[in-house]
Amino acid sequence: MSARSEVELAGQVVELVRRIGGPGAQAEAVVTRADLALTRFANSGIHQNVSESTVGVRLRVHVDGRTAAGGGSVVTTDGLSALVERTLTAARLCPPDPGWPGLTPPMPTPDAPPVDEATAHAEPDQRADRVGAFVAAAGGLSTAGYCRTAHRSSAFANSAGHSAYGRSVEAAMDGIARRDGADGVARRSADRLSDLDGAELGAQAAAKAQAAADPVELPPGHYEVVFEPAAVADLLQNLSFYGFNGKRYAERQSFAEPGVAQFDRAVTLVDDPLGGSGLPFDAEGTGRRALTLVEAGTTRAVAHDRRTAAEAGAESTGHAVAGGATWGPMPRNLRLAGAAAGPASAVGRSTTGAAAGAVVDADTAALVAGVRRGLLVTDLWYTRVLDPKSLVVTGLTRNGVWLIEDGTVVRAVRDLRFTESYPRALGPGAVLGLGARPVRQPERVDGAWWAAPSLRLTSWHFTGGASG
Amino acid sequence: MTEFDAATAAVQAALDAGARYADARVMHRRYESMTARNGDVEELTQDESIGLGVRALVGASWGFYAVPDLSDAAARDAGRRATRTAMASARVPGPPVDLVPVEAVTASWASGCQIDPLGVPLSDKGDLLVDATRTMTEHGADLAEGLYQIWDTAKWFVSSEGHRIDQRIRECGGGISATSIGDGETQRRSWPSYRGQYGTTGWELVESLDLAAHAAQIAEESRALLTAPPCPAGETDLILGGEQLALQIHESVGHAIELDRILGWEAAFAGTSWLDLAQLGSLRYGSELMNITIDPTIPGALGSFGFDDEGYPAVKRDAVRDGRWVGVLAGRDSAAMASLDYGGSVRADGWARLPMVRMTNVGLEPGPHTLEEIIAATDDGVLMDLNRSWSIDDKRLNFQFGCEVGWEIKKGRRGRMLRNPTYTGIGPLFWRSMDMLSSETVSWGTPNCGKGQPGQIGHTGHPAAPARFHNVRVGVSA
Repeated sequence: MSARSEVELAGQVVELVRRIGGPGAQAEAVVTRADLALTRFANSGIHQNVSESTVGVRLRVHVDGRTAAGGGSVVTTDGLSALVERTLTAARLCPPDPGWPGLTPPMPTPDAPPVDEATAHAEPDQRADRVGAFVAAAGGLSTAGYCRTAHRSSAFANSAGHSAYGRSVEAAMDGIARRDGADGVARRSADRLSDLDGAELGAQAAAKAQAAADPVELPPGHYEVVFEPAAVADLLQNLSFYGFNGKRYAERQSFAEPGVAQFDRAVTLVDDPLGGSGLPFDAEGTGRRALTLVEAGTTRAVAHDRRTAAEAGAESTGHAVAGGATWGPMPRNLRLAGAAAGPASAVGRSTTGAAAGAVVDADTAALVAGVRRGLLVTDLWYTRVLDPKSLVVTGLTRNGVWLIEDGTVVRAVRDLRFTESYPRALGPGAVLGLGARPVRQPERVDGAWWAAPSLRLTSWHFTGGASG
Repeated sequence: MTEFDAATAAVQAALDAGARYADARVMHRRYESMTARNGDVEELTQDESIGLGVRALVGASWGFYAVPDLSDAAARDAGRRATRTAMASARVPGPPVDLVPVEAVTASWASGCQIDPLGVPLSDKGDLLVDATRTMTEHGADLAEGLYQIWDTAKWFVSSEGHRIDQRIRECGGGISATSIGDGETQRRSWPSYRGQYGTTGWELVESLDLAAHAAQIAEESRALLTAPPCPAGETDLILGGEQLALQIHESVGHAIELDRILGWEAAFAGTSWLDLAQLGSLRYGSELMNITIDPTIPGALGSFGFDDEGYPAVKRDAVRDGRWVGVLAGRDSAAMASLDYGGSVRADGWARLPMVRMTNVGLEPGPHTLEEIIAATDDGVLMDLNRSWSIDDKRLNFQFGCEVGWEIKKGRRGRMLRNPTYTGIGPLFWRSMDMLSSETVSWGTPNCGKGQPGQIGHTGHPAAPARFHNVRVGVSA
C-alpha cells in the first residue's frame, strides 16, 4: 500500500459517513499502516522474532448530538461501509454527548522529523545482527532483551475539511546482562537503527552486571539518590500520565497547578513529540508541537485534547489519542532538560574495586562525586500509584543499586522497595544536580519515549528491603 | 477461501520455505466498550479486527508474521516471511527446541452464553451505566464512573501436525466506581471491583452484578473514607477479601509458576521467578490450606477455553497441593525444555501476536470457613478488600498491595473503616502464614494482564475466597 492510499482511505471513510449519515454527520478518520518488528533474545539466543504488517482504521462520528467511535482492520469498500454503518448506528443509540468539542478546523500540519528509510524497511537479519553484537560484547554473561523497528504511515481526514499525513520511524534496543542473579541494563531509543550499537550497549550492560554482583542488604529509610536516565524515565512517565493529563486535571485528580512553583528550579520539562520518532498530528488531527509543562520549577501547562481543552477554556495541545475520552490526553515524549553547564568527572574516579563499571557516563560520575552517602539507582520497576492526586507511588529498584560513600560507588546493594510522592521528591530544593545530556529511553510501544539525564535528589523513601 | 483455508495455506507455505513445524491462527474479534462518567456516556467504542498470524520453526529458531489479509496470496506470503524470520533468528541461536506431543484433532468449542452481549441494545447498556453513575453523584461522589467491555472472538487453528480447531469465546463484564476528592488525596470505592468483574459468559454476568443496587453505598463509603483514620502501621493479622486475594494469587503465584519466566525467557522485561525447577514437587510454597489449581475448564471463568493456542486441550492440573509446589503453566516448547510432559497454557492476544505462556484460571480451592467465622476468630487485625495498587518484584517475591478500604478488627468484630490500607511481604512467607480460608469462592476475572514484547493483554481467571494471614506488615506510606 502506498502513502497515497492511506490518504485516500481516510477520505473515503469521511465521504461514506456523509453519504450514509447525511450532511449533518460529523466524522474524523485516521488510517494507519504499521510495519512493526521485534527480535527478542534470552539466555543469549533469539527465542522470539515477530513481524506484523497491519492496516487499521479509527473512526469517530458525531450525529444528532451523540458520539461513538469504532475501528477495524478490514479496508475493503465493504469493510469500510460496515464500519461506518455500525458506528453511526451506535451513535444514534447513545445518550446525548453535551461535551462534544467539535471537529478540528483546517490547519497546517507541522513538519515531522525526516524518516530513515533504512529503518522503515529493516530486515530481520539487521535486528538479529545487533542482537548478536550485544550478546558477543557481554563477555560470556547470559543476556536478554530486544531490538525493534517500527514504521507508521498515517493519514487523517475529517468532515470539516481538514486532512493531514505523516510518517514515523523508531528503532529501540533494550537488553540486560546477568551475573549470578545480578543484572545490568542498557537501553536506547533512536530515529535510526544505525544509531543503535549493539556492541556498545552489550558492553555497558555487562559492565554494570559485573559491578552489581555480591550485593549487600541495606535497611529501609530515606537516602540521597542519584538516578540514572532509565530510573528518571519512570518519574517522567508517571508525572505525565497522572499529573500533566488534562482530563485528570479537570477532575481535580492531578497535583498540577499551573503558575505555581511546584518543582525545584532545576526542573524544566518539555513534551517534544517532533523531537524524535513522532507523527506530526494527533488523533483529532491537531498539529503536534513542543509544549513546556514545567519551566525552571514552575508548572506551566497540562496536555489537552479538544474535549478537555473545551472544559478548561483552553486550546488543544495536540495530545488526543484513541480512547482519550476515558484515559485523557497525556504527554508521551517528555524531556527533562539537562543542566546548562553539565558537570564533568572522569568515570573511572567514581567507582572503586568490585563496583567498577557501575557508572557508565561522565554525567552520572559527576553527580556521584558530590554524594557523601547515598545510593546510585539504575532503573525502577513495577511502579504503581497509591494515590493519584499526591502521586504517591510504590515500586522497586531493578538492574543495579549501589552504595555511594564520599563521592565513590563502593559496593552493590540488593534491590529496595520504595513508597514516595514523585512531585514532592522533585519539589523546591530537592534537586541537587542534573546531568547535561538527556538520554532517550524507549516506552513499551513505539512513538512514545522519555529523555532524561541522570538526576541527584536529596531524599528518596525506601520502605522495604529485599527481605521484606 | 475459508478461514481454515487461509491458515492451511500459511502453514504449507512456511513448510515449503523450509520450516520443520508451523501453525497458524486466524482470529476474528469484535470488541465493544462503553464508559460513563457522572451521569453521561463518556465513550462508546466498537472495534472489529480479523487477520492471520503464522509461526514457523526452523531448526531451533522460531519466526512469526501477521497480516490482516486472508487472501491465499497474503497467507502464503505470511508463511514464507515467518520462515525467513526464523532463519534470521538462527544467526543468534538458542538451545535445541522440541515440542511435547499433543494429539492432532479436528474439533470445535464454544463458551457458554445465555444472553448475547452484543445483542443487548446499546440504549439499555447505556442506561445501566448512566443511571448507576448518576446515583453515585447524588450520593456524594465527585467522580462517578461506570464501564462494560465485551469481546466476541472466533478463531481457527491449523498446525502442520494436523490440528484443525475452531473456537468461539464470548467474554464480558463491567463495574462501577466512586471517587471522592479531598485536600491532597482521593478515595475510591468500586463494585464489584475497579473496572469490573469479567467472565466467559453472556450479558447475564453483568445483570447479576446489579450495579445500580450498589451505587449509593460505594459513593457514600468513598466520601466517608476521606475522614476515616489511616490504616495503622505495624504487623498484624490480615484478612483479605476474595477480590484482593484473587490479585494476590495472580501476582505472587500465577506469574511465578509461568514456565517461560522460570526458564529465563522473560528475564529482561516481565522478569524471572523465584522458583527453581529442581524443587518442583518438594518446595513448600504455603500452608497446608493452600491448594492452587490451573483449570481452564471452569464454566464461565475468564481464563476458560476448549483448546489453547497451540491446540492443546483444556485440562485441570494442580499447581500447589497441600502447600507444596507441584505444577507450572507451560507451553509445548517450554515443557520440552524443562523435561515436563504437558503444555496447555499458551495463548495469543489477537492474530498479530505470538502465542506465549499465559495464565488460564489459576485459583485457590475453597477452605472450610466463612468470612464471618474468620472475623469472629480474629482478636486484633485488619480486613482489606478491593485492590487499588499492586507492585511486585521481577522474581515475584517482594510485593506491596494497596486496597480501597480497610476495616479494623477487634475482639472478633468488624469496627471502623480505615483509609489507605496497604500491606507488604515476601510471597512464600506470606502464603505460609495463611491459617484460615473461606469456602465463599468467586472466580474473579482479570482482563488486563500485561506480558510480552510486543505487549500482549491476557484475560485470566482466579477463583478465590477470603482468607487470613498472620503477622503481616501493614500501613506502609510515603
